[in-house]
Amino acid sequence: MAQNTPTAADTDSGAQRAPKQFIDPRGPRFGAAITTVVLIVVLATGWGWLLAAQAVVFALSAFSDLRLSPYGAIYKRFVRPRLAPPTELENPAPPVFAQFVGLGFAVVGSFAYLAGWDVLAVIFAAFALVAAFLNAAFDFCLGCEVYLLMHRAAPRRRPVDYRPAA
Amino acid sequence: MNPGLLVALLALLAASAFGLWRKRTDGRMRASDPRRAAAEAPNEALIGEPALGGPLGERATLVQFSSAFCAPCRATRVVLAKVAEDVDGVAHYDLDAESHLDLVRALGILRTPTTLVLDPAGRETARAGGVPRREQVLAAVGTAADAG
Repeated sequence: MAQNTPTAADTDSGAQRAPKQFIDPRGPRFGAAITTVVLIVVLATGWGWLLAAQAVVFALSAFSDLRLSPYGAIYKRFVRPRLAPPTELENPAPPVFAQFVGLGFAVVGSFAYLAGWDVLAVIFAAFALVAAFLNAAFDFCLGCEVYLLMHRAAPRRRPVDYRPAA
Repeated sequence: MNPGLLVALLALLAASAFGLWRKRTDGRMRASDPRRAAAEAPNEALIGEPALGGPLGERATLVQFSSAFCAPCRATRVVLAKVAEDVDGVAHYDLDAESHLDLVRALGILRTPTTLVLDPAGRETARAGGVPRREQVLAAVGTAADAG
């Protein structure tokens, strides 16, 4: 029986709110590599304003669905022309979500640096570094994985259509 | 060395260890412990028609849990849909984890994509986190069909 496969993420209302332009997946990964370097410099120097600048980069990418991503622009201008066309395009939703997660960490971290709360600042910068490095080196989206864990832990917000079979 | 740089190096080390471990185990299809499966799903047909929205496969059912922010879910869907198409009696369902949170909690699903292989009675016989490999899915389907 060749079962027709219902695809939850395609059809479910919560999964894809609006159709988006699919993207070259190497772009966000390139951006994550730059972010990794920036965050290493931030940690090594304790330079809060650099982390604030990175927060602005995250914000531009996140709120524009990556269209205004500064690192994405560098990728398109200088890197992509030298590479073969992408073998497949990807939904931008996961990397956009990752940019929002990065934004959260960078905002808290830069405030903490500028306020002189160095321990808090280092913790947040280090988490951002782990996430960016995992993305760049292993193509692993930490925020995306944590997303389900957060949802699992949260109290049920809407009735689910699941009932145990009698 | 200044403490910030030390933290950066430790973070990179920890992330590398995690990344390598994840890369090695990702997508591996593992047989489910029947006792654990029974404890999680005391009702044998927990994942029956109401949750799936369709009938179980005659030989095996592949239940995939996906979420909105999940790049590998699409690749998983391709692998599993192809198996369901190629093998008679195999059904494939792709559930949105967020709209099945009770099920996600009951089954101990921690990440997307997670694929469960069910025998013809709806009992879980194997599961994989990450994009499963086709040969392993086929092998797990064979085991599930024999179990039922």
